[in-house]
Amino acid sequence: MPRLGADMTAGKVVEWRKRPGERIKRGDVIAIVETDKANVDVESFIEGVLEKILVEPGEERLPVGTPLALIRVEAGAEPAAPAAAPAVAAPQAAAAVAPAAVTPAAAPHVVVPSATLPTQLPPAAATAERARISPAARKRALELRLDAAALAGTGPQGRVTLADVERAAQGAERIAQGGEGTAQGGEGTAQGAVAQAAPVDTVAARQLRMREAIAAAMARSKREIPHYYLACTIDMGRALAWLTERNAGRSVAERLIYAVLLIKAAALALREVPELNGFWIDQRAQQSEAIHAGIAISLRGGGLVAPALHHADQQSLDDLMRGFQDLVKRARAGSLKSSEVTDPTVTITSLGERGVDSVFGIITPPQLALVGFGTPLERPWVVNGEVVPRPLLTATLSGDHRATDGHRGALYLAALDRLLQQPEAL
Amino acid sequence: MTEDEIRARVIKTLSGIVPELDPATLKPAVSLRDQLDVDSMDFLNFLIALHQEFGVDVPEADAGKLATIDACVAYLAQALQQRTQA
Repeated sequence: MPRLGADMTAGKVVEWRKRPGERIKRGDVIAIVETDKANVDVESFIEGVLEKILVEPGEERLPVGTPLALIRVEAGAEPAAPAAAPAVAAPQAAAAVAPAAVTPAAAPHVVVPSATLPTQLPPAAATAERARISPAARKRALELRLDAAALAGTGPQGRVTLADVERAAQGAERIAQGGEGTAQGGEGTAQGAVAQAAPVDTVAARQLRMREAIAAAMARSKREIPHYYLACTIDMGRALAWLTERNAGRSVAERLIYAVLLIKAAALALREVPELNGFWIDQRAQQSEAIHAGIAISLRGGGLVAPALHHADQQSLDDLMRGFQDLVKRARAGSLKSSEVTDPTVTITSLGERGVDSVFGIITPPQLALVGFGTPLERPWVVNGEVVPRPLLTATLSGDHRATDGHRGALYLAALDRLLQQPEAL
Repeated sequence: MTEDEIRARVIKTLSGIVPELDPATLKPAVSLRDQLDVDSMDFLNFLIALHQEFGVDVPEADAGKLATIDACVAYLAQALQQRTQA
C-alpha cells in the first residue's frame, strides 16, 4: 500500500487494472486505491510481469506498507541501478508493489514518482538530476509529492538539499491551507499575496484557514513526533534585576523586555546542545548550523505564527529586541517574509504574560525541539540555606525522542539556567 | 492641552497598537492589559507611541502608573504641566 500523501496511513484497493500474467511497464496504472481524500491511480515504478495479486478489491483498509501484489522482474529488464534493486525485489525475483507516490488527478504540481527513484530514471537523466538535487532530497520530494525541479536550492551550486524540500513542503502546506507563507516565492511574494487577498477575504475565513493550518501541523506533530517533556525552575532574580537597572536610564524606545533575554539565552544554549537545533528529515536528525529561533506570536483575534529571528544566538540584545518588535508588528499585520516563515530551526514560546506556570509545547514539524517559558513569579526559594522570595520561572523543553534523549534535553535546560544567571554576558 | 484633548489622543494612540479597539466600549478605569489583551510588547509599543505623540518619555519605574486610560490621562496631564512650568 503506497503512501499517497504525507498524512495517509491506510488505504483500500478499489480496483485492479492489471491481471496476473500481464506485462507491466513503468508508469502503467496497476490499481486504484481509495484514500481519505480521493481515488488514486497507483502507477508501477518497475517493469515486469504481474505475478500475483495479494489483496482483492473492496477488502478492508490496509496500512501503508502492506504488500498488494508481486511483480516478477525479468532478466534483462533489471533496473539500471542495481544497488537499489535489493530494496525493491522480494524473494524469488518478484517485487512487491511497494509504496510509490502517485499523482492524484486534481493536483497540478505533483510529479509522477516512485519511491525507488534510482531505478526509475534513465542513467543520463539521473546523472543530470543528481547534480542538482541530493538523492535523499529527491526521495523526500517524491514522498511529499513536490516537483523537485521547481524547488529552489540553497546547497552548493544551487543544489536542492533535504532542508530545502522540507521547507518547501511546509510552505506548500501553508499555501494549501491558506496561511501566509510561500515556500519558493521571493521574499515579497507572501506579503503581496496576503495584501491582495485581504480585501476579498473575510477575517473569519482567514481565521478558519489558519486554524486548519495549525490543525494540520499540530496533528502531524503529535502523529509523527514522540515528544519527551522536561521542566526546570530558573531563578530569574539576577536577570530581572540586571534588566531593571539596564532599562532605568533608557528612553522607551531603547528598552528591553525580559522575553529578549529568554530568547538570547535559549539560542545560546542551543550552541551547547546542537542536537536540538534542526530538523527531522528522511528518518534522521539533521542539525542546523544556523540558529533561527521561531518565536511563537499570538495574533489578535486568535491563532499564532512562529516566524524566525535569524541567527538569534549571534545578535546583540538590542538588535534582537528591535528584530522582535518588528517581527511581532508584522506578524500581527499579516506580512511576514517567506524566509521567516520557513527558516526556523527551533521554536520558542513564552506564555508568561498571563500567569501560566509552564508550557509543554507541541514541536513544529520537522523541527526537533520547542523551548517554553512560563511566568516569572515571586515564590519562596532556598538560597544558602535560607528561604527567600525569588522570581522563579519554569522553563520547559519538548524534544523529539527520535533525535535526542532526555539526558541531552536536561543538559540543554541546565545550560539555559546557567546563561540566565549571567545576564550581563548575554 | 485639556484633559479631554489628552484623552482623545491617548485613545487614538492606543488604537494604533490595538486596531480592533472600540472607543465606545473602552472602560477608562479598567487596566488595558485586562480588557484589551495587551501584552508587554504591546504596552512598550504604546509607551513608545505616547512618547512620539506627547513628547513624554515615561521612565521604566513609572510604567506601572499608566495601566488604565484614566491613569494615562492623569500621568500625561501632570507631565505636560510640569514641562510647561519648567
